[in-house]
Amino acid sequence: MKKNGLKAWLYLLPSLIFLGFFMVYPLVDVLIYSLEEGYNSASQTFTGVGLYNYAYVLRDPYFMQAVKNTFILVMITVPVSTGLALLISLGLSSIGKLRELYQTIYFLPYVTNTLAVGLVFMILFKKTPYTDGMVNLLIGLFGGRSVDFIEGPYWAKMFVLSFYTVWIVLPFKILILTSALASVKKDYYSAARIDGASGFKIFTRITVPMISPMIFYLIITGFIGAFKAYSDSVALFGTNLNAAGMNTIVGYIYDMLYGDSGGYPSYASAAALILFAIVFTITVINLLISRKKVNA
Amino acid sequence: MNVRLEGLTKHFPSRNKKSKEVVVAVDDFSFEIPDGKLVGLLGPSGCGKSTMLNMISGLEKPTSGRVFFGDDDVTDVPPELRGVGLVFQNYALYPHMTALQNILFPLENLKGAKKLSKDEMLKRANEAARLVQITELMERKPSALSGGQQQRVAIARALVKMPKILLLDEPLSNLDARLRLQTREELRRIQRETGITTVFVTHDQEEAMSISDMIVVMKKGVLNQIGRPQDVYDDPVNLFVAKFLGNPPINVFEGSVRGGKLFIGDEDVMDAEGVSDAPVSVGIRPEGFVPKEGGRFTCDLVGVEVMGRDTSVICNHPAFDGANIRAIVSAENRIDTEKETVSFDLKPNKVFLFDKETGRRIRPGEENR
Repeated sequence: MKKNGLKAWLYLLPSLIFLGFFMVYPLVDVLIYSLEEGYNSASQTFTGVGLYNYAYVLRDPYFMQAVKNTFILVMITVPVSTGLALLISLGLSSIGKLRELYQTIYFLPYVTNTLAVGLVFMILFKKTPYTDGMVNLLIGLFGGRSVDFIEGPYWAKMFVLSFYTVWIVLPFKILILTSALASVKKDYYSAARIDGASGFKIFTRITVPMISPMIFYLIITGFIGAFKAYSDSVALFGTNLNAAGMNTIVGYIYDMLYGDSGGYPSYASAAALILFAIVFTITVINLLISRKKVNA
Repeated sequence: MNVRLEGLTKHFPSRNKKSKEVVVAVDDFSFEIPDGKLVGLLGPSGCGKSTMLNMISGLEKPTSGRVFFGDDDVTDVPPELRGVGLVFQNYALYPHMTALQNILFPLENLKGAKKLSKDEMLKRANEAARLVQITELMERKPSALSGGQQQRVAIARALVKMPKILLLDEPLSNLDARLRLQTREELRRIQRETGITTVFVTHDQEEAMSISDMIVVMKKGVLNQIGRPQDVYDDPVNLFVAKFLGNPPINVFEGSVRGGKLFIGDEDVMDAEGVSDAPVSVGIRPEGFVPKEGGRFTCDLVGVEVMGRDTSVICNHPAFDGANIRAIVSAENRIDTEKETVSFDLKPNKVFLFDKETGRRIRPGEENR
């Protein structure tokens, strides 16, 4: 038994080394940075140890704005994208003709570069001296007032960012859900029809429970992904996100490290650990709920 | 409620997309199932039995032909409005619901005047559970039930809405041998108690024979024979039906009729008056052999299996089309195993003659077509 234990550790060693180097060590390092007051990466010096960095970050209005933005983004995009993906995959699995074509079309955003998608959104939404952007032209057509989605009011910018995020994350979710739907045995639907269930009832009582493990998987990864949002915001509003008021938590961390006002690894570490705490809490809550609701 | 099928036909498009050919699953099927009977739909796998059942339930639409429940034409009525209960081969219990929730599900879908209160639903579900004897298992999920228990839940779910017709697709095939015997009695009991017209599909002739009031034998989508199990066994219309029913199976020989005598090989084994001269296939049921010194039909003796109640005589004959002839004789007959051959007389009512080409039954007096 003891000999076997040794053997097992030996087999685990390669991955343990990798995990140790690239996961555990950085994590511990970040924790240490976050507790070192006034740490200077060039001189490797610091002035004290304590929770000062956390206090600073939590009082920083830019950080609070980033947290607010991130939360709004998460709360809008996760339910909307998951719901939409479910509807679209239902549609996809019920059509016969041209199914492959539609699947390809819905999958295109997944293989398109974030910045290229950003450019497309610029054309759709950005106001320039020459044009108000396509969406504004449409709004004008229906008699509405044009809105500056990129440099205008906060809600307009938030709308574009959410729209963009949803569009980016949809394909993956559709892919997962279509295959989940395909894996539900046809007999269950036949049985439900014989049992006299309406289409809506079949959906809520049979389909959704059957694919609920996948839905919860998507919600959990969706939360994690949305909390880590950054590049989407950059693609739309440029690198000076604090000025645009559209920064996210990861954006704030990046700015603290490398931005124009950067060079503060301690603040960045503190912010990163706060983000970690938030994501961790939400994921635990999700798992607790799913354990009750999901039928594995 | 009686069920009447008129010229029911189902074509499926060929699996090979390029070919325009269609697969005929069910071909021009007409018969009537009398009210309150248990009917076994019997045939080898892939002969369209399940398709048949699905057309009665409404899950499949017939290519042509009509389905009547009583006097109502239900051909275009969707399954949810037909009032049928269906038990699937793999039971198709909803895995995320408990047994009780599974049984309640059909009741929750009732609308309008049929809508039930919560208490009534529970009462009905418990009645159904009592009928199939699963009252202690109601809070379990299907994954925590054995195959036999799952099947009972599936039957309760099909019965709870008091269907006019109960359909069962291979209800016993997923059970082990012992449970199968037990469950088929159970099925019979439940059917008797409820009096619901019941159709069940099976490829197991023993299963169909043992519990059905009526069996329907089909082959490649075509109705071959319909009738009471014993009648079909005693009087098969063609070689296929004769071969399909009976265990051990019927022994089939190459033979011919010459001048009112039936010949197997060179032996004149039986009188066949009223049958015109022709080569024929001769089917002899295992119980049709009577051992007799100097009998008219002589075979090479291979062995004897003693069962106690009766004896299997295994023998061989050049005109036999299978491996070994199996004759079941009463244990009182002593077969001398030292001898090389054994002689029999044949019971005329256990010997059937079939047209060599078409397999149709040839009966004395009928013109052999």
